[in-house]
Amino acid sequence: MSKFKKKQGNAQPAISTASLPDIVFMLLFFFMVVTKMRDTELMVTTNTPQASELTKLEKKTLVNFVFIGRPTPKYKDKAGTKPRIQLGDKFANPDEIPLFLEKFKTTVPESQRQAIITSMKVDSEVTMGIVGDVKTSLRKAGQLKINYSAKSRERTK
Amino acid sequence: MAKKNRMVNEINAGSMADIAFLLLIFFLVTTTIAEDKGVLVKLPPWSDEPPPEMKLNTRNVYSVLVNASNQLLVRGEPMDIKTLKDNTKIFISNPQKLENMSEDPAKAIISIKNDRGTQYGTYLEVYNELKAAYNELWEEAAMVKFGKPLDELNKTQRSEITDAIPLVISEAEPTKFGEEK
Repeated sequence: MSKFKKKQGNAQPAISTASLPDIVFMLLFFFMVVTKMRDTELMVTTNTPQASELTKLEKKTLVNFVFIGRPTPKYKDKAGTKPRIQLGDKFANPDEIPLFLEKFKTTVPESQRQAIITSMKVDSEVTMGIVGDVKTSLRKAGQLKINYSAKSRERTK
Repeated sequence: MAKKNRMVNEINAGSMADIAFLLLIFFLVTTTIAEDKGVLVKLPPWSDEPPPEMKLNTRNVYSVLVNASNQLLVRGEPMDIKTLKDNTKIFISNPQKLENMSEDPAKAIISIKNDRGTQYGTYLEVYNELKAAYNELWEEAAMVKFGKPLDELNKTQRSEITDAIPLVISEAEPTKFGEEK
């Protein structure tokens, strides 16, 4: 008991905060490295399903995105509540996909065009009708490598 | 003198932490840790002609139907999605050499058909389970043949296994019974 009493009243030395900037900078650099700026605003909700057999998308420059889902509350008045397709930064119909793919192709060197992957970010609530239309459109445009975006989970036992 | 004063002055680094914090919070807010992973699928090329009729032995075809209320019909019988993977594995490998299952893993064909009203989540789950069945078979074959897990094999060994058990998932045109939401 006496041990504790002795300390009371003694002026505690202030904790040095000199290393605080270093720690904060370390965190800062971490987030700077992992950050990927979102270049397009999502106008549809894409709550992707879970799956276990996933493949990582390696080359980001070779990936284009097709979003399918219900419009977010902000766009409900303009686009309605039915599931819609988002290409780039606007709503689209399935027949606009070929043009979108062609535009993307011009940004990729010719030797790598075979490796282009279309990532489909589709809300799990959406029915297959609209997804099937997009698939047909992709097949007609010759874009056959697709990736159904999903969250990872354990394989079922 | 001015010179003397300059020697004494030191830049106050106390606000450095504040500036760093400000930047940190900015990156924290804008960050979306990329979760770019997904189920890789290769679509068949489009052709305007109807596909040629193929005479397939029905014992080699594993048909999976998904209806608009997300129920499964596998080879004419309802099935729970939880048992789909194991049943598919048994169908492909056919360990007991049953008459009504695939003659050989190389001849097995999986056929999926969904409705336009099927939920995408269910569809992907079915696709995922079928793919999982193949992945598990490959992993088992790799252990038996080479005594190594699948991801440690080199390219030729890998293709030896995937050639013996080729992944063939064919998708039929969806039916139009269900309501699209």
